[in-house]
Amino acid sequence: MKKNDYYLIIGILLVTGIVVLTSNLISRNNSGSAAAAVVTIDGEEYGRFPLDKDVTERIELSDGAYNVISIHDGICEIKEASCRDQICVHHMKVQYDGQTIVCLPNKLVVTIENSDEDDIDGATH
Amino acid sequence: MKTKRIACLGLLIALAFVLSYVEYLLPLNIGIPGAKVGLANLVVMVALYTLGKKDAALLSVVRVVLVGFTFGNLAMMLYSMAGALLSFVVMLIAKRAKLFSITGVSVLGGVFHNVGQIIVAMFVLETASLLYYLPFLIVIGTISGIVIGVISSMITVRVDRLFDIK
Repeated sequence: MKKNDYYLIIGILLVTGIVVLTSNLISRNNSGSAAAAVVTIDGEEYGRFPLDKDVTERIELSDGAYNVISIHDGICEIKEASCRDQICVHHMKVQYDGQTIVCLPNKLVVTIENSDEDDIDGATH
Repeated sequence: MKTKRIACLGLLIALAFVLSYVEYLLPLNIGIPGAKVGLANLVVMVALYTLGKKDAALLSVVRVVLVGFTFGNLAMMLYSMAGALLSFVVMLIAKRAKLFSITGVSVLGGVFHNVGQIIVAMFVLETASLLYYLPFLIVIGTISGIVIGVISSMITVRVDRLFDIK
């Protein structure tokens, strides 16, 4: 390995580390009580589920595929899925603004969104 | 000499194919879509440094098509193709710039493989929220790139004489 290789590796890890840390801090500060899990299928919105209401929803897709999403205690997770890889089921639970779970085989995306748009006013008090 | 080149390329394609199959059997299940070790990239790296860029590009494309038809589906093939092409172009540039050794080139390849996949997935799913995964995928790409790079530099030194077809 050359010296440049080490610079490259350390540079990549450092930059991504900083980006993850700051974006985490920002999304934690942004997460108000009005946050909701927005479910989109193939680019179209399927529904919004407020995080403060416990709910379990079985989402059926046209070709017999399905995902079961569950919201409890202000966090959202996918309980079951019909796909082979089960990545979305093993995914960590999401609760902060911008966090996302995707199920690529089913083209399903769950994103946490903060519905109050006045972020700055919300942050000041 | 042409026959030897065809034979070498066939051998490497078969090897990349088998390594993709091994990876398909043992998926890296850490809850991040698209996260892979990229074992087949080992073969592409060795080809790039022993056979040359044309053969390595051919190998990369043929592997993606073969694996896509055998184990995956069209959508999977689209993701892998985008990742493979982008990472190959970046690796070529990095190799030509002569700034990095084989490990640095492999790290860039691993990172951009994931970047390419995410870009296509963002178009397919029509959502920008996948950017959330990018930092994790970049870190995984870096780590697997280091491993692949170190191994392929060891292999390249040893097989360079065998593949002496230039």
